[in-house]
Amino acid sequence: MKVFPLKKLIGIVDSPDSGFDISSRILGRIDVAGQEVWITQTVVTTWVIMAALIIFAFFVRSRIKYFTDEPKGLQNVVELGVESMYKLVCNCMTEKYAYFGKWFFGIFCFILTSNISGLLGFRAPTADLATTAAVTAATFFMIHFMGIKTGKLGYFKGYLEPLPFMLPLNIVSEMATPISLSFRLFGNIMGGMVIMTLIYSLPRWLNFGIPAVFHVYFDLFAGVIQTVVFVMLSMTFIKDKIAD
Amino acid sequence: MDDPRAFVLGCSAIGAGLAMFSGLGPGIGQGFAAGKGAEAVGRQPEARSTITSTMLLGCAVAESTGIYGLVVALLLMFANPFIGQL
Repeated sequence: MKVFPLKKLIGIVDSPDSGFDISSRILGRIDVAGQEVWITQTVVTTWVIMAALIIFAFFVRSRIKYFTDEPKGLQNVVELGVESMYKLVCNCMTEKYAYFGKWFFGIFCFILTSNISGLLGFRAPTADLATTAAVTAATFFMIHFMGIKTGKLGYFKGYLEPLPFMLPLNIVSEMATPISLSFRLFGNIMGGMVIMTLIYSLPRWLNFGIPAVFHVYFDLFAGVIQTVVFVMLSMTFIKDKIAD
Repeated sequence: MDDPRAFVLGCSAIGAGLAMFSGLGPGIGQGFAAGKGAEAVGRQPEARSTITSTMLLGCAVAESTGIYGLVVALLLMFANPFIGQL
């Protein structure tokens, strides 16, 4: 697939520091069992974010030797995060399924860090459909795993309701869930990134202070909202399939 | 005008512009949701946090059709599938 030569069309000068390439650039290629695997910007940024999160986790663990009844300092921050996630899980699912919070807290931290990594000059990994599709695949698996685990045969019967000939429609609507979930996150972050790239390609004297305002909206605000929405929708979809 | 790609590129640009008309629906829907949310907060100020989170969730769901339009427009502009078929 050829890439559209927009650069030439709207006359942006092709200089290394004001590039107009929004696709995830390929930094290297390696061979894995005869199959070429691309090391894109997304892969590198994802590993950087994972390393940062793991180092932060170890840092927190080493600073807090044991938890006290009266929280102080760093313990406050940790308790705030864990407690608000617990409340969110209890709201969206029930207290019985609060153990999903452990998984979703990790997903929340990863997506949030990815979304706001644009502030540090990275190319946000969530602006790549591969990342969002991977996270959504996990949600998709959990939706149907929990459906079969709790509903047993009732899960399969649910596809024949309200009438048996609705089966294809029900399957299509099941397939639409992961697509809408992944495209929502991808489209929001990607759209913000395209607009930021357009703003940075303005003349240099317009690039003083103005991008900061847009960064606050597109990276911080939209990033946080979309993370919360992604996690909340995943929980709601899983809860909908659980037969109680 | 000898290059047939010019026609395809121009039509793709028009198509990308038309695809962004899908932003119309979510705009109306989100405005409606925000208005109803403000109404609900006015009637019941103590339930503010619940109303806000429910409204944001609804807004995000309403936004998805607009996002599909945006993805189509981005595809037409940056990863044009038609230009390779010439």
